[in-house]
Amino acid sequence: MGDYPSRSVNATAGDLGVTPRHAQGAGYGNSPSNYNEPPLGGGGALPKKTRFSIETGFRGLSTAAGAMVLVIIVAIAVFLISKAVPALQANNASFLTELKWFPNDTEPVFGIAALAFGTVLSSIIALIVAVPIALSIALFLSHYAPRRLATPLGFVIDLLAAVPSVVFGLWGRDVFQQPVRDFSIWLNEYFGWIPLFGGEGPFGQSIMLGGLVLAIMVLPIVTSLSREVFQQTPGMNEEAALALGATRWEMIRTAVLPYGKPGVIAAVMLGLGRALGETIALALTLSIAFKINFNLIENGGNSIAANIANAFGEANETGRGALIASGLVLFVITLVVNMTARAIIYRRREFRDSAA
Amino acid sequence: MSILERQVPGVVMTPDHIRSRKLPVVTNVLVAVAAFAVAAVVVLGTGIGNWVLAVVVGAFLYLVGLYFAASRVEGKRAAKNRSMQALIYSACVLAILPLASVVWTLVSKGVERLDANFFSTSMNNIGARDPLGGAYHAIIGTLQQVGIATLMSVPLGVLGAIYLVEYGRGKFAGTVRFFVDVMTGIPSIVAGLFILSFWVLIVSPWFNNGQPRFSGFAASLALAVLMLPTIVRSTEEMLRLVPGPLREGSYALGVPQWKTILKVVLPTALPGIVTGVMLAVARAAGETAPVLLVAGGAAAINFDPFGGNQQSLSLFVYQQAGDASRYAPARAWTAALTLVALVLILTIAAKLLARRNKLSR
Repeated sequence: MGDYPSRSVNATAGDLGVTPRHAQGAGYGNSPSNYNEPPLGGGGALPKKTRFSIETGFRGLSTAAGAMVLVIIVAIAVFLISKAVPALQANNASFLTELKWFPNDTEPVFGIAALAFGTVLSSIIALIVAVPIALSIALFLSHYAPRRLATPLGFVIDLLAAVPSVVFGLWGRDVFQQPVRDFSIWLNEYFGWIPLFGGEGPFGQSIMLGGLVLAIMVLPIVTSLSREVFQQTPGMNEEAALALGATRWEMIRTAVLPYGKPGVIAAVMLGLGRALGETIALALTLSIAFKINFNLIENGGNSIAANIANAFGEANETGRGALIASGLVLFVITLVVNMTARAIIYRRREFRDSAA
Repeated sequence: MSILERQVPGVVMTPDHIRSRKLPVVTNVLVAVAAFAVAAVVVLGTGIGNWVLAVVVGAFLYLVGLYFAASRVEGKRAAKNRSMQALIYSACVLAILPLASVVWTLVSKGVERLDANFFSTSMNNIGARDPLGGAYHAIIGTLQQVGIATLMSVPLGVLGAIYLVEYGRGKFAGTVRFFVDVMTGIPSIVAGLFILSFWVLIVSPWFNNGQPRFSGFAASLALAVLMLPTIVRSTEEMLRLVPGPLREGSYALGVPQWKTILKVVLPTALPGIVTGVMLAVARAAGETAPVLLVAGGAAAINFDPFGGNQQSLSLFVYQQAGDASRYAPARAWTAALTLVALVLILTIAAKLLARRNKLSR
């Protein structure tokens, strides 16, 4: 990781000429009050500091580029709100609690409740399946595998992250659906008394298929982030645990996992953010249903993002506004999740750097 | 002769006593065979499931049996260690299975239409009963959209990273850095909706007699929004790796900071920056949702990214997947194979380039 703030501070240490004026204290050195005069104390040979130079221009340009990120985030919120408000005003139902989605009718009725429920449910399934496996792989790569095996396997996991979501969606629909259907029928036969696995069928294109495909897609990101965290465990802590006679698993439990806990939480939340926003894979694997239903194996399920992809084609003006409104909700949810995750990472980083 | 092997008369300190006892490999294998045999007999005999369930039950029985066998020989703690190790290994095998399945399906189903016709024709005038048709227009669209997006996001992203590393101090830089990280998590569909409401619905009518118009350029705007944070992040990391003395040497020679950045810092970090850009390009090439929302997709070849609907490879896959024609799945899989090949070549090239990077982490 490139987390060496001290180094970047040093990078400009020999260059007082470009230190921003506001960064200098009130009684800073013996710098002249007027910058048109050469500074006192041996700086007379330096070129005069001009008001407008390429330096100022370049600094301004790069600052503007940095600020562009903030501008884009604000612009996303502003433009989504501006297009969503007219549709929300035309809505004849409560946007937050309504289940149905008929924004294209002359009397538009639409609400986000069922969609938000499907989004959260599929993401939770994905995390429940993916997180234990991802943490196991991360531990395997960082503490079990010999180096010869860990490097290529980590490479493969990274490649898995690069495969486009539409490919996973296609695979989920054409290949993975059949085993999931068989499994669903089996679950329904033997565990049908649990409401999660009840129902009459048909099975297959269910929230479970979508959740499992999502799990495969969030697996690489959780793996690579938590692997990085596990690798940063101080060697001293591990050696101390081993020297006290701990087995390898006890060493991991007492030294690696506690050290990595905040990082793992952040990795899981980033995975959650990815799962919440996933569009095409769910659009291909779920069969559309607008209801709140805890049954995991019957055909159905929906999500905010998948609904946008599916319903966009035949949307009129209000329909588009309604989809944008649902996208706004998705934006806010993912923003909150991501900001929480990043805040955890940042606090941990400050802690680590100050300790080092 | 080591102290472990020396027999000291009168003292009971043979190797057997001072080394903890190990579970013999033979026992381990026997437990495994027994577990899978019992599972097969129970599951297949009673008919409650097929061989998949037998394997799952067998693995579970093996873990339990291993735990008990090891705790009798080695003690509870070592047994737990063994069980966790076995669990972690099996999780890895479990994760490799879907990847292998995806790769196998891609290749086996993708080669069906992997011919010259696929890469030289579009879907124009291809009906539901027509087995031909190809992805030429989609490849053109992908290349144009990703190319324009790269042209827009690379200068912006590199400049932003320069700000964060070289100029940014204090609260504002911290805020920018934080939101760059947050922005990497923005869903692609939200970026698509943003460009839809900003470019397609508000700006594009100005150029098109008041009618909103889809275009490939809108898609590249959305892709640029998605690429920007990735490029800023990776470039920032690379710039931080440039040794401080290089900059100081340049300053000591009287070179102004902007020239130092352009002539010393950027060239040093260039391989790393290119790696980050290639990874971002690979990511953008696979995005479907924003293209669906703002470029609309098309059946015919369109070389003009500013004029009207354009197709892209990933969108082609999605649309063919939803097509009712019996020839559509083959086209979808071949296009998916093409897309994955494109993305993987970019990714692998980027990783190989990263390995040759002299600035090590």
